[in-house]
Formats: sequence, C-alpha cells, structure tokens
Amino acid sequence: MKRRWPYSIWLGLAVVLAAPVLYLTVLVPNPATRAMPWPSLLLFAVGVALLLHGLLRAWRAPQVYRGKVVAAIALASGLAVTGFFCWGLFYAARQVPDSLGAPRVGQLAPDFTLPDQDGRPVSLAQLLASPHASNGAMLVFYRGGW
Amino acid sequence: MRSLQAHLPEFDARGVRLVAISVDPPEESADLRKKAGYTFTFLGDTKREVTRSYDLLHPRAGPGGSDIARPAEFYLDATGTVRWVNLTPSIAERATPEELLAAIDASLAEKK
Repeated sequence: MKRRWPYSIWLGLAVVLAAPVLYLTVLVPNPATRAMPWPSLLLFAVGVALLLHGLLRAWRAPQVYRGKVVAAIALASGLAVTGFFCWGLFYAARQVPDSLGAPRVGQLAPDFTLPDQDGRPVSLAQLLASPHASNGAMLVFYRGGW
Repeated sequence: MRSLQAHLPEFDARGVRLVAISVDPPEESADLRKKAGYTFTFLGDTKREVTRSYDLLHPRAGPGGSDIARPAEFYLDATGTVRWVNLTPSIAERATPEELLAAIDASLAEKK
C-alpha cells in the first residue's frame, strides 16, 4: 500500500503562515489588536500543534504515513516563524528610547516651525492660534509612512 | 492614522487641532494624505530638529538605518502647556483615538 502524507503538515504550514498575514492586514490597523494580536497568536498555536501532529504521525506510523524528515523540517520552520514573530512583537518592538527629556505635563511645549504637507512653514504658536484650536492641539509623533 | 481620521470630527467638536508629525518630507505626507484621505495637518521634520528637541529621536530605527521619531502623543492646551503625554513602551502599542479623546475630556473637566 502506498504511504500517505499526514495532511496536518500542509495544513499546519498554511495556518502558521496565515498568522503573520492576518496580523499585517487586519490586526495592525486597529490599535487594540495591534498591541495584543490574540487571533494571530492563536493561529500560531494551532499551526504548531498541527505540525506536531503531522510529525508524530510520520514517526509513529511510518507504515501508513510518509514524511518523517519533511514533517521535522516543517515543524522547525513553523517554530522559527512563530519565534521570529514573538521576538519582534515582545522584544524588538519594545526597544524604543526612554525619551526622558520629552516635555512633561505642566511644562510649556517647545515652540517650533515646520513645513506642512504643502511645504508652508507652520509654527506651533500659529497652530494654537488657529480657529480649530480653541482648546489646544493633539501632537501625534509617528514613525513615518514608509 | 486611519482611526484618527475616523475620529477627527470628535477632535473638532472639542476645539482640539490634530497634528501629525514625522520626519517624512512634505511631498510624502501630501501623497499619504491624498491616498488615504487624511484631512488633518501633517508636519515634516526632515532635519529631525523638533524630534530631537522633544527627545523623541529613535536612532537607526527607520528604513536604511535612518533616524526617525518614536511614537508619542502630546495634548497641549491653548497656551501650549502640556496637559497629557503618552510615550508608548512598544511601537506595536499606540494610544487609540478613544484614549486621546478621553485624555482631552479629562483635562477639560479639570479646567472647569
């Protein structure tokens, strides 16, 4: 009898790869799921479990299933992708400067003049004097649109 | 940014001007505004002077190892005094528009 591939290898790989795709396309735009992407973490867990299942099948029932080596490589790849994702989210993303010298509550924010999107120089004082700023301004520093 | 645009009327209703600041040149911000339909003001700190003076420079964190701004939000009252600050510990964690609006509301309630 021809030996079969354990389907859980392919399914597991697909699920593990779907996790970062889901994060980047659906979860990142929402600030809440961006910080704690439960759906992606769950997919990683399910994917790795499937890969483990495939590996166990290949090794425990080699007369029925093939793919001992492929299943091991698949599991190692799945763990590597999962590890890289968790490293990025829980370590690399947290390597932001302390910014201890940033303006604090009660301090006057340093004035500045910067070009707006049309290249016109705008000062903070001008912004605060504009009709839309009767109660001040919310300055949102961001990493850029790249 | 997208979620900020969606809540822009609520900033307007509170008389608070929303301003986005990055090291991107004005042309790039103009493109981004047009493509994404953002209508609030974008300022371009290409020289990193303002980012540096606010101590928000994140060295070598941008494309090609360039220096960019770390995410941060400041609510200033009409006199330019800081009323609320958020310095996120992780670039994956940003203040939500609801949190920004709540900070404004709390500050305005305190003033009364």
